[in-house]
Amino acid sequence: MTKLKPWLPLIGIGVFAVLLLVVAPAVLSMHWINNLGKYCCWAIAAVGIGLAWGRGGMLVLGQGVFFGLGAYAMAMHLTLESAGPDSLPVFMILYDPSASLPAFWEPFRSDVFTLVAIVLLPVIVAGVLGYALFKRRIKGAYFAILSQALAVALAVLISSTIRETGGDTGLSDFKYFFGFVLDDDANKVMVFMIAAALLIVCLLVVWQLGRSRFGELLIATRDAEERVRFLGYDPANIKLVAYVVAALMASVAGAMFVPIVGIITPAEIGASASILMIAGVALGGRASLFGPALGAMAIGWGQSSLGSSWPDGWVYILGLVFILVTLFLPMGLSSLFGRVKSLVWRSRDTPAAPPATTAPVLDEVEK
Amino acid sequence: MDALLPPLLNGTALGALLLLAALGLTLTFGQMGVINMAHGEFIMAGAFIAYMTQLVVTSSNISIVLALPLAFIGAGLLGLLLEVGIIQWMYRRPLDTLLVTVGVALILQQIALQIFPAQGVPVESPEWLDGQINVLGYAWPLRQVFTIVLAALCLAALAAWLKYTSFGRRIRATVQNRDLAETSGIPTRAVDRITFFVGSGLAGVAGVAASLIGGTNSQMGTQYIIPAFLVVVAGGVGQIKGTVIAAWALGIALSFFADWTTGSMAQVLAFVLVVVFLQFRPQGLFTVRTRGLT
Repeated sequence: MTKLKPWLPLIGIGVFAVLLLVVAPAVLSMHWINNLGKYCCWAIAAVGIGLAWGRGGMLVLGQGVFFGLGAYAMAMHLTLESAGPDSLPVFMILYDPSASLPAFWEPFRSDVFTLVAIVLLPVIVAGVLGYALFKRRIKGAYFAILSQALAVALAVLISSTIRETGGDTGLSDFKYFFGFVLDDDANKVMVFMIAAALLIVCLLVVWQLGRSRFGELLIATRDAEERVRFLGYDPANIKLVAYVVAALMASVAGAMFVPIVGIITPAEIGASASILMIAGVALGGRASLFGPALGAMAIGWGQSSLGSSWPDGWVYILGLVFILVTLFLPMGLSSLFGRVKSLVWRSRDTPAAPPATTAPVLDEVEK
Repeated sequence: MDALLPPLLNGTALGALLLLAALGLTLTFGQMGVINMAHGEFIMAGAFIAYMTQLVVTSSNISIVLALPLAFIGAGLLGLLLEVGIIQWMYRRPLDTLLVTVGVALILQQIALQIFPAQGVPVESPEWLDGQINVLGYAWPLRQVFTIVLAALCLAALAAWLKYTSFGRRIRATVQNRDLAETSGIPTRAVDRITFFVGSGLAGVAGVAASLIGGTNSQMGTQYIIPAFLVVVAGGVGQIKGTVIAAWALGIALSFFADWTTGSMAQVLAFVLVVVFLQFRPQGLFTVRTRGLT
């Protein structure tokens, strides 16, 4: 048992991969494959939030902005691809028959540029913002508020530029995905498999980061930033890396969301969408490996099933999830397993390890 | 001057509204460390109270005056309920208060959506606010002047209350050193509750002002909460003078940016402005000097 323990998460990821990549396509109907693909996208973003918030202590309330960057980069490419070479997206012609393609759309005709943009855009934005904030030691609530303000700003900007970005109606009606016809079931399964595989990759990345020296430093920074600084490390750099990785994951999630769901609107990237991403992470357990992904899938399921069949009740449930989880289970459902295990094994095991940090001790002393 | 005056005056009024929204936060966030994301929904509650007062007292001339104290008490009671029900268990986990109150905000929005029509309700402005006054050739709507006067009154009352009353002294003592205050015989729990009541009540007053300027609907809180927090962050936490300057500056900046570009671009630019500003003053305009590590 003890020899196996460090590899348990890896086995877990393996089982998860088999379930998603082998079992799900064989068992589920097309409708559910599509839904599961959507949940996978939210889960990818959630894995990044788990890294930044659960392990790094940065409450990223505005991941929607990076989700949106990836999503709109992909959506612009797919729109142009569907429109065909040298022609304009339909919505632009509707608003103004004599319109010309805005300059920032032009490079998205290229496959390679789009893929590079999906990776580089969030890295640049998160890098600049993170550098500016972390170097000046802006943290905690300040950081949370500022990150949410950024998401709101981007959503407002997009919804007000109808002629350039489609505004509140967003971008939709994609026919091709890098040459593949999106209306074909086989291609839909392929897109789902890409999203699921990316989720597995993200889990592997977070697992590897967690057991590296970087992961230890990240958790140390979360729990006692000053001590890390006094030991000669720069907490700003550590946080910056985690924040940029989280942003990148959110962007990839957004990029896959577009071909799976078929539409992207500012509502998917604004404040409430960002809060929805946080809800899943909080529910599942922010500091655990699988908690964020599974929590995000659960919330995603609730959002798309209950959210449409019983919208009023769903908002109350969502609100209660926030309140109850934060009050009684700050480390989410995944911490339940630890608690049960320690109850069962308390008699024969050595004293249970202290619960994964709930509150940074040093911060309290400072205040 | 002709081009500069209107955005300057409009910006001042917008700044006054932001100040009203942010004043309560300087108490709950600045003095108590609670990040209350439901503050915007308390503003919404104030606006709806203004509407309900108008249903009972049909004369809009009187109802708006009556609505101010009612909204203060109504939103204050909501805040008290939040403090007693949830927040009091979470003082040691400040970041988690943010998540809890996000949940509260969602629930309050949904309640409002189910009680009131989704498209919002009209709050009539009283006749004595319908006119304009002439400022150097620009017809300045009286409603904007009203917001500024209201903000100034609330500001003066709050500052005097904190500075000159024995209760204000107790709040400041509790903020500076909770343990020492408690050993000196100050009932810190009661102080917490009343601080939260007043902070939330101010949001109600802001709601009445907001109902005269923008729409009154279940989503209105979300548009005030982020700017209000930005004001508190830029002003320096717990610093009323910082909040005043930051609110005014942000209001002016927003209306000038909106004048030069568009309303939505103005929000983006204002965000950039705050981030750049924090590069020079990471703790906000005014800071409390402490020996603690920051």
